[in-house]
Amino acid sequence: MLDSVRSLGRRTIDGVWRMGVAVRFFGLTLLHSGICLRRPQLVMREIFSAGVLSLIIIVVSGLFVGMVLGLQGYETLQTYGSEEALGILVALSLVRELGPVVAALLFASRAGSAITAEIGLMKATEQIAAMEMMAVDPIARVVAPRFWGAVISMPLLAAMFSAMGIFGGYLVGVVLIGVDDGSFWSQMQAAVDFREDILNGVIKSVVFGVAVTVIALFEGYDAPPTAEGVSRATTRTVVTSSLAILALDFVLTAFMFRGV
Amino acid sequence: MHDNLVEIRGLHFGYGSRPVLKGIDLTARRGQVVAIMGNSGCGKTTLFRVIGGAVRATRGSVRVDGVEMNGLDQDELYRLRRRMGMLFQFGALFTDISVFDNVAFQLREHTDLPESMIRDLVLMKLNAVGLRGAQDLMPSELSGGMARRVALARAIALDPALILYDEPFAGLDPISLGVTGNLIRRLTDTLGLTSIVVTHDVQESLRMVDYVYFLSEGVVEAQGTPAEIKASGLPFVHQFVHGEEDGPVPFHYPAESYAADLGLAHA
Repeated sequence: MLDSVRSLGRRTIDGVWRMGVAVRFFGLTLLHSGICLRRPQLVMREIFSAGVLSLIIIVVSGLFVGMVLGLQGYETLQTYGSEEALGILVALSLVRELGPVVAALLFASRAGSAITAEIGLMKATEQIAAMEMMAVDPIARVVAPRFWGAVISMPLLAAMFSAMGIFGGYLVGVVLIGVDDGSFWSQMQAAVDFREDILNGVIKSVVFGVAVTVIALFEGYDAPPTAEGVSRATTRTVVTSSLAILALDFVLTAFMFRGV
Repeated sequence: MHDNLVEIRGLHFGYGSRPVLKGIDLTARRGQVVAIMGNSGCGKTTLFRVIGGAVRATRGSVRVDGVEMNGLDQDELYRLRRRMGMLFQFGALFTDISVFDNVAFQLREHTDLPESMIRDLVLMKLNAVGLRGAQDLMPSELSGGMARRVALARAIALDPALILYDEPFAGLDPISLGVTGNLIRRLTDTLGLTSIVVTHDVQESLRMVDYVYFLSEGVVEAQGTPAEIKASGLPFVHQFVHGEEDGPVPFHYPAESYAADLGLAHA
């Protein structure tokens, strides 16, 4: 009994401690971000590997999610004879929720896991130690450019996801089923508000981007330098950041869309 | 100008309450190749980490080029490290960039030299280790010995005063081993460096170093020039140099009696 209480206590303290270390790590990353302004090509490289290389999965998933929305939405709306509102349904679901959330989940498993594995392996093969011995700060040279590269990529990927989703909804709703073209677009245009919907969606995707990237970088940097350590850290990145995305989404939605 | 580039006096260090180094005295004079030898777990690598400033001594003094390592802040430590090179056991090359970019890394990070001059310098360093032709290869395309030579070119990129070698001979075939040994000696002599080599390889080291320290259980067990070491009558040195199975370093990990362990004690 006493042992289980003790182990619970130890685990709680360890958890809080680790969170503290992660916050300090995040602070250090921001503090050492000056290099990203002085040498923007370092960030460009990371935008390529985190953003451009994630494009295919984002585009394809966005298209299919939009197509499914088109089908499901038409089924329900048809019951009430308001299938012209399909455009609104597809656009609002994507821009407010599915775009940022699903894109962030995909981003966590595609780019987040890659970041963790790369930094973990750099540590395991002593590349990080070598950099420190060469008087180059790895937080500035390795961590900060990856952080900004991923944080810049995330809202762009979410926007791409939403755009492809709307196109998918159009393909199914208008081209395949035959909802009226004009009302699909004009109702969407009238109902989607720039500040309320689009801007809030962008804010969400930025917050998710920061959360996923910090978790991925920290897990990689903190991973024990062994094969097992890196593999566990990679798994933890995907699990923790997925949970963080969903929890943050609830909090943000509660603040953004109450009373609307 | 200090004659002794590295000077360690009464160094103590421990991880937590477990002491690893217990009062080490060590000197590396300018232009020397100094070897630190000892069996696994004797504190060699820890000693290296202290000299490189990765960990701090709990007691004693570590001076590199006249600068006391204890009490340096990160900026001062980084300034001192620009005059140090380190060769890691498996090279620790950056795997995402080419051989050329690996060697150019420090030049680009620490200097504002134009790209044309960086190119010349990198080719000179690569030529010194015989790998100018491999400049466009990626680290994954190199053999173990070649990777270590590239890492050596990278370590001398900023013309440091001191180079630390962590097990430079581990896992090399006899040709690469001889090549690496000769390179360490030649670079030390021609560039006026000081080299400290942590190694297990007795024969190769005794052939090319100026001075040897034997570490055992965190203390310097023996020291001397290769000739003195070869002639040494100390049992530990004799066991190590001749690779004998049993001696002051026992073959068996401490355990209760064999008979008792097999349940034969009463038989």
